[in-house]
Amino acid sequence: MAETAAVQRESGRADPRATQPAIALAHLWRDFGDRTALRDITFELGEGETLAVLGPNGAGKTTLLRVLATLLRPTAGDVSVLGCALPREAWKARGRIGYLGHEPLCYRDLTCAENLRFQARLHGLEDDAAERIAGLLDRVGMLRWAGELVRNLSAGMVQRLAVCRAVLHEPELLLLDEPHSHLDPEAAALVEPLIGPAPDRTRVLVTHEIEAGLAEGDRVLALRAGGAVAYEGATTGLSAGDARAIYGGAL
Amino acid sequence: MSARASSLRAFEAILAKDLRVELRTLQSVPAMVLFAVTTFVLFRFGLDRSELSGSLAAGVLLATVLFAAILAINRLFVAERDEGGFDAIRLAPVDGTALLGAKTAALVVYLLLLEAIALPVFAIFFLDSWAGLAPVAGILALTDLGLAATGVLVSAIAANTRARDLLVPLVLLPLLVPVMIAAGGAAEPLLANGGPSYDGIAKWLGILALYDVVFLLVGYAVYDFLLED
Repeated sequence: MAETAAVQRESGRADPRATQPAIALAHLWRDFGDRTALRDITFELGEGETLAVLGPNGAGKTTLLRVLATLLRPTAGDVSVLGCALPREAWKARGRIGYLGHEPLCYRDLTCAENLRFQARLHGLEDDAAERIAGLLDRVGMLRWAGELVRNLSAGMVQRLAVCRAVLHEPELLLLDEPHSHLDPEAAALVEPLIGPAPDRTRVLVTHEIEAGLAEGDRVLALRAGGAVAYEGATTGLSAGDARAIYGGAL
Repeated sequence: MSARASSLRAFEAILAKDLRVELRTLQSVPAMVLFAVTTFVLFRFGLDRSELSGSLAAGVLLATVLFAAILAINRLFVAERDEGGFDAIRLAPVDGTALLGAKTAALVVYLLLLEAIALPVFAIFFLDSWAGLAPVAGILALTDLGLAATGVLVSAIAANTRARDLLVPLVLLPLLVPVMIAAGGAAEPLLANGGPSYDGIAKWLGILALYDVVFLLVGYAVYDFLLED
């Protein structure tokens, strides 16, 4: 751990990404008033790769995801997502990103199908929307609840619906903030084919499941409380024990 | 798909969603109607008059519609704020003005529904002749557009504040003074004793229309900035 403690960024690694990175951050800062949530974050993520984001509560993981999703503006630094410089070209990136955050972003007084139809219309997917919506609901085991109001569903069911919402428009980039929240193991297995690792799926995965994050990720970004980088590099460079130490503030 | 087509599609989707939710939950329009009818009853007994005309009749009608509108304006963005609608819409490739347009249209629909009930009730309570009601309804429609254009802007600004219920009337009411003056000036001769008169209402209608256009354009110009972080 002593060796990795000093590591801020992995150096001298071979870059497997010959094409333009899906995400490129250079010296990103994000403040909320006097409080700094993200400090000098720099990393790149290639197409088809998964970045696991680890860190204790208050480390800025959700803030980072919201910046990448174009929902928050960076205070300073350069952010490029899918080739679009944020915030200037946010409008070009929107619609290409699937965001699954803490909130399901579904209206409680609409049914599951109505929520997805609404999203489909916003994303211009009207032609084959009905078929795709039914297919997605079926894959997450929610087809029989398609006509149920969201307010009547359990948290796990709402999360499954949120997964459908996030992938409905077949995004190029998935931003996942603890995607298995509220899901039992069976439901987690159902959503996995939609949001889990796949060769052509670029993902940023915020998780507190350290072993799973390290196993799924090609790269890892570990943040300290306060938003500074504790480690950024290949997952092979960070052990689960070191990652746990970041949570305790030891690293 | 062109930007205009995607904005129109989003406008339709958001408006349909809002009307569907209102039809299902009955959160805004019934409250507005109940408020308006109760206010008429209070005016009826408070003024101790069974008949009103001219500026007093116009004032009672417009003040009631204005305060009833605030009930809906306060609730306009509640679902967007509490259920993540702002984020969901911002994640989609649509112009923020689609949300502005849809919310304005939804509020106009709510106000028209309110007036479809409140205007006859007003006439029953206070008017001896219904002759001026049809043109008054036209003036109210123009007033609704001004109320909605301004109300949506203020509601969007206040949506993420804790003092939303205080902020909306505090900011909105002064902004709506010109609308109330113009609508009152236009409605007064139509509700005059002895039947409606159309003298001089063109000027007031012109002011009302100008106000509507100005605030719709202001909304169009600034709305994307209001939605962004």
